[in-house]
Parts: sequence; C-alpha cells; structure tokens
Amino acid sequence: MELISKTRIDFIGKRKVSFVISSIIAIVGIIGIIQIARNAANMGIDFSGGTEIQLKFTQPVSMEKVRAVLAQNNLKEASLQEIKEGNKLLVKVGKTRFTGNAAETIMGVFKKEFPGNDFVVESSTEIGPSIGDKLKKDTLIAVSISMLGIIIYIAWRFDTRFGIGATIATLHDVLAMFAVFYVLNKEVNLLFITAVLTIAGYSLTDTVVVFDRIRENLHKNLNESIANVFNKSINEVMSRTVITSLTTFLAAISLFLFGGEVIHDFAFALVVGVVVATYSSIFIASPVVLELESRAGKIKARKEIENSNLSLENGDDDKWNLKA
Amino acid sequence: MSKGLTWRVSLILLFLLLSFLYLTPTLVGKLPPWWKGVLPKDKIHLGLDLQGGTHLVMEVETQKAVEGTLDLIATDLEDSLTAQNLRFKRIGRTGPDRIQLVLYDKGTAETAEKLVKKKYPEMEILPTVEEGGFVNLQLRMNEKTAQDRKDKAVAQALETIRNRIDQFGVSEPVIAREGLNHIVVQLPGIKDPKRAIELIGRTARLEFKLVDENVTPSTTPLPEDDEILTEKKTDPTTGAVSEIPLVVKKKAMITGDLLTDAQVRIDSQFNQPYVAIEFNSTGAKLFDQVTATNVGKRFAIVLDNNIYSAPVIRERISGGSAQITGSFTEKEASDLAIVLRAGSLPAPVQIIQNVTVGPSLGADSIHKGLLAGLIGVALVVCFMAVYYKLAGLVANLGMVLNIIYLMGALAALGATLTLPGIAAIVLLIGMSVDSNVLIFERIREELRLGKTPKAGLDAGYDKAFLTIMDSHVTTLITAAVLFQFGTGPVKGFAVSLSLGIIINLFTSLLATKVVFDFVLARKHVKSLSI
Repeated sequence: MELISKTRIDFIGKRKVSFVISSIIAIVGIIGIIQIARNAANMGIDFSGGTEIQLKFTQPVSMEKVRAVLAQNNLKEASLQEIKEGNKLLVKVGKTRFTGNAAETIMGVFKKEFPGNDFVVESSTEIGPSIGDKLKKDTLIAVSISMLGIIIYIAWRFDTRFGIGATIATLHDVLAMFAVFYVLNKEVNLLFITAVLTIAGYSLTDTVVVFDRIRENLHKNLNESIANVFNKSINEVMSRTVITSLTTFLAAISLFLFGGEVIHDFAFALVVGVVVATYSSIFIASPVVLELESRAGKIKARKEIENSNLSLENGDDDKWNLKA
Repeated sequence: MSKGLTWRVSLILLFLLLSFLYLTPTLVGKLPPWWKGVLPKDKIHLGLDLQGGTHLVMEVETQKAVEGTLDLIATDLEDSLTAQNLRFKRIGRTGPDRIQLVLYDKGTAETAEKLVKKKYPEMEILPTVEEGGFVNLQLRMNEKTAQDRKDKAVAQALETIRNRIDQFGVSEPVIAREGLNHIVVQLPGIKDPKRAIELIGRTARLEFKLVDENVTPSTTPLPEDDEILTEKKTDPTTGAVSEIPLVVKKKAMITGDLLTDAQVRIDSQFNQPYVAIEFNSTGAKLFDQVTATNVGKRFAIVLDNNIYSAPVIRERISGGSAQITGSFTEKEASDLAIVLRAGSLPAPVQIIQNVTVGPSLGADSIHKGLLAGLIGVALVVCFMAVYYKLAGLVANLGMVLNIIYLMGALAALGATLTLPGIAAIVLLIGMSVDSNVLIFERIREELRLGKTPKAGLDAGYDKAFLTIMDSHVTTLITAAVLFQFGTGPVKGFAVSLSLGIIINLFTSLLATKVVFDFVLARKHVKSLSI
C-alpha cells in the first residue's frame, strides 16, 4: 500500500510562503520565551515556586462557587483547572501571592465551604522559590547543552550549509512549540521542557532523511538545476517523511487522548512537536540550504561577471556551483 | 542456515531470555520457592508518581549550626572563667562568625587567650582592643572550620532524619544528601504525609530553662540574660488554645543531648499521655544539682523555643528521670518520643519542596499509561500491517522485542519507572517502527530499480543505516542531558528514552533483518511482501 505516491509538488518554489509563516511562528515563540524569562507566561510551579493541589470530590463542584469561596479567603489569585472526568479540581497558587501554608488553607476552605461534598487530596506539590530559581538555571544549562550537542553533531555530519539548514529547522521546531504553548496559555513546566528537548532530538530524523536524499541526487544529477534536484529529492522521500512521523504521531496522540491528566499537556507538546518537525523538514530545512547555496552561488557568479563581463539575470537561483 | 544468521538468532534469543528472567519478579505475583540464588528478585521500581508517596527536599540552615557551635564555645568559656574566679563583663557571639569577650583587665584577657588556644585551637584570636576601660577580645571562626561545621551539620541531620524515619516505620525510604546543604527524602506509600513531615522537619532541641520569677513579661528592657518564651495551653473541655508568655533564663541548664531514652506513658490519674525521659549519668548529675539548688522555682521544659510545661521544682530529683507533660494527644506524644530518642537536628531544616502523590492518582496513572501504551501499540501495529503487509509484521515483531528488551533492561538496571517514563516507552513504539519505515521505503525503492529481493533488502538496510544512526544519536544527546539535569519523573523519562533508543538500534538493524534473511535463506522468494 502507498499513501503518497509520486508527488510533484514545488516545495522550493513556495518557500517564500513557508518562510513568512515560519518567521511569524518563530517570532511568537521568541516573544513566548521572553515572557517566560520575565515570569509573565503561565509558568508551572516547579519554575515559579508555589503550591498546587489536586482534589477529587464525590460530587460535582461549581467553578463559580469555588472561585468565590477562594476569593473570600485571600486566595483570589489561585488559578483553577477543572478536570472533567471524576469531579477533579486543580488549584494552583504562586508563591509570591500567598504566604503561609497554602495547601492547608485551601483544604480548610473546601472542608468548611463544601461540607456535604467530601474530597480526597490526589496530589499536592509545594515548591520553594529557591528550588524554582535553581531549576530555571539548570534547565537553561540543559537546553543550551543539548542544542550545542545537536549542533556539534550536525556540524560534524554535514557540511556548513546543510548544518545551518538542519540547525535552523531544529530551532524552528523548538520555537514553534513555545509559540503554541504561549498562544494557548498552556503551562510551561519541566515536563514541557522535557518534551521540547525530546522533539529537538527527534526533529532531525526527518530532516536527515531529506538531506541524505538531496546529497545522493546531487551527486547523480550533475546537470540538473539545484532547485530541481531539491524538489525532486523532497518529493521522492515525501512518503517516508510523512510515514515515520505518522507512526510517532500515532503513539503520541494515544498518550494525549488516553494517558490521563498528569501527562496531558506533555503529550500535547509531543504531538505539536512531531507535526512541526515534519513540516520544518520539508518546508524549512531544505529551502534554507538552497538559499544558502544560491547565495554562495551568486557571489561566485558575480566574480565571474567581473571577470568575463557576462551579465546574469535575476532568478538564476537554479545555477549551482558544485563543490569540487 | 548461514553462520552469521545462527549467531544473530542466538543473540536475540539470549537477550529475550535475559529480559524475561529479569521481568519474572515483576510479572509473577509470588515467586516460587525454587527461585533463589543468583536469580533476580527485584521488581521494576515504580517512581513516587506511580505508587504514591512523598518526595521532600529539605534545606539545612547550616549557618545556624555554626552559630550554635559559637554559642556553645561562648558558654563554655564563661563557665571556665567563672571556675577560675576570673571576672568578665560579657561573653557572647557577635555576628555570624565571632565571639566577643568583654573583660575588665589585661591579665584576664591573657588567661582567656591561653584558654582559647588550648581548648579551641581552630579559633582565630584577633588583636585585643582596649576601650572605655574594658578589654575587648574577639575570636573568629575561620571559613574552613565553619565549612567543616556546616558539612558535619548536614551529615548529622541526615543521620538523625534517617533514625526518625526508621522509628516512624516507612518501607523502603530514600534519604540522600544532594548538593551542599540539601537532603532529599522519599517516602513511598506513606499514609499520613503531614504527620511524617512534621516529625522529620522538627529541630527537636530540648532544653530545660529556669523561669525568672523576678521579672514579668511586660518588663522593659528585659535583663540581658533573660528571654520571653510562650507556653501553649489547651483547655481540655473547651479546646481553646491560650498562649502564656513566660520569662526564662537564656541559658539552658540541661539539653536534650544528655538523654538516653524517651517513652510514651499514660498518666493513670488524668488518663493523659506524657513522655518519660531518662538522662545519662552526666545529665542525671546535672539534673540532681540544678533541682537541689532551685527548689521552689519553676523549671521550663522547652522544645524548639516553645515551652511544653513549667512545673515547680518541689524537691531535689536524683536518679535521672523526668516527665514531659503538656496537652498533647497520644500520637503527638509518641512522635515527640521518637524525635527525642532520635536526637535533635544540629540546625533547623526548611522544607523547600514537597511533592505528595496520593495512591489513587498513582494507580490511575499506571492504568492510563498502560491503556495509552496498548492503544498506541494497536494503532501502530495495524498501520504497519496494512501499509507494509508481511514486512510490516516483521517491523511489529521488532517493536514488541524492543519493548520486552527495554522492560528487561529497566528491571536489570534497577531503574525507576515514572509516568513520563511510561510516556517515553509509548513514544518509542512510534520511533522504533520509524527505523523500519526508513529501511522498508529504501527497499521498495531498490526493488523498483529492479533488484532481486535479497539485493534490495541488503541495499535497503545498508543505505538506511546512516540516517537511522543520525536520528538516534541526536535523540540520545538530549536524553543524556535530561538524565544529567532532570530529577524524579523527568529522569525516569530520560532513562526509558535512552535505553529504548540504544535497544532500538539493535532491534531495527539486526533483529528484523534476521527474519528477512531467515526467510530468504529457506525459501526461494520471488517478490517481497512490502
């Protein structure tokens, strides 16, 4: 069986469109990261410090009443998340907003205000601000080291332009994940960072598949224009790019749908990451390499113009100087 | 069968056997009696997020330990000078690392210097300063000694906490030092986390201090050697709590480190629990002296700067036993006895992280994780079988092998499985067939070029090899970093992911190939079902 047979899509010709889309995504991602650095994003308490408590009630509770009741008890800033299945409620209080034992206070409030509705504490997490700061620092180091490691590996495996293409695609995927979480106001916590790093490692799979084919074809088709070789290569490996992603996507989506509330956002991040990684390997990685190649080609071509007085027209991206 | 094939098949079967061997304790509820000796007995460890429990990170306030040591030295110098009939104005700690002795004359200063040199050679003596008719002598604890003291304080705190947890009774606790001044405590399956936390985090510094009856709490300024502490009293009938301030001498006459035992007893008259304590010989002697000279005065029993009770000394008490009464429940009394037996912490600790997962959520997570895994497997298996037909089944076989090997490896290495760890395994279901997809697509291509099944197969595996390596190496880089920096659940994710990726290299490159080679070697295959 074949899902995608012989395609002839002009990916390279549409690169301007994908570059614009991706630039917007990347900018949103950067804004998200800046907001995270400023603690203005929806931060998990593992980074910001604070208290999070998950309660399971015997009967449904009205969110309005919960909000009103918490506000009456100096916990107006508490953020609430209702988990539909099983009358569960997640209450989050940042450290900066409430001093004292928030978990005890919250439990006391619910005991007092919902006397007929018993609850059990399914989980409670209290994190001091010093831990959050340390974790932020550690995470920054971890992310930097992993990105550096990936870049070094790519640099070793590919020559400069392909290396830059792969790196940009990887960074793009990371930024896109931040962008989605920022726009949807989903919580940025340690698990999200874990998902981001996992995708950063995974994202290269698809990119490498395309790159390997481009290199192979470049050696085979010396006379064809470079854009054609790129397009042909991407089309040739389309089906495997999509299918490798599809199998991982199937696994991630079943985690997202059936894995339970604890890893719901984590699985969501993985799903987003897998989709974005596939997109970037087709629409970003190779076109970036082509841009770099043709720019280098132009410089070389200009030198030739100076030497031979031959004029070149615009749109000669297709001319490519093979490296000796 | 070719020689290479035999070798590879044996390797696959050997790993399979080992995996099942290590998984037996996890899969079988009760091990049969003949299962002993070198055979593995440990189940796969479940993280606290799966089995429920409490994860605590505590910070030892090590500076307090240094200050405590300086206070002790100051008190000891006071006693020594008094014993030699030397007069002084004041001896006490100033700042974080100094002791100041304010003396009346140079002679005393010299004697004090000699005394310090002999008893506390690690203390640095700063040049004496004369001002306003007093001789000012300062001692400083140098950085290295202070660091040693801090280090020792954390080690002591760790030991004390271990004692307390042992006496409290928690199965398989983890108590470890982390970094300079952090202690990590994991209490799996604990039922009453609040009580345990209170028990562990309590400093439990027991002191006996004399009440200064000449001064009332409202007196200002208080005499320099006095302080105000409060006594909490609960009315047994109304349950109302009242706080009574009392002026006590700052200096503790007797401290908790002179105890040998503490037990809960029930007062037969009021049916109230109390804690009976026993002093060692030094403590008994001191207690005897103090009570003898202070009959009629009140003696405050102070724990962590709270007065438990302040009974009047009616007569000299020798024999070295005493009682701590107060309004507490039997549970509170038994916890108090535990902390007194286990000893006090050398410095207060602060709980800076407390993650508690209830057993119901843990069980729910296991259940949902397994469900997601099974559905993931089903989706991928169906897809591969439909898309690649028989070859897809081979890839599925590789995936199943991958999961079995991974679970076996987790059991063999004693790794901890967390919920993100389960997620990593589910993710690997997808990733492991990825490698085979790359290989199969390549084979299809080679076959289209008109190659024979055997040649197409070999070329497919060869050419896909580098691509597979690339993606595995980069994922491994991030997994290794996550392992290094992550804690708890994230570490579990990193462990599952990195092990899975290494194993996947084996199953996708070697194990699935064996199946194809085996079939091709046996039968004359005209076309591959791919």
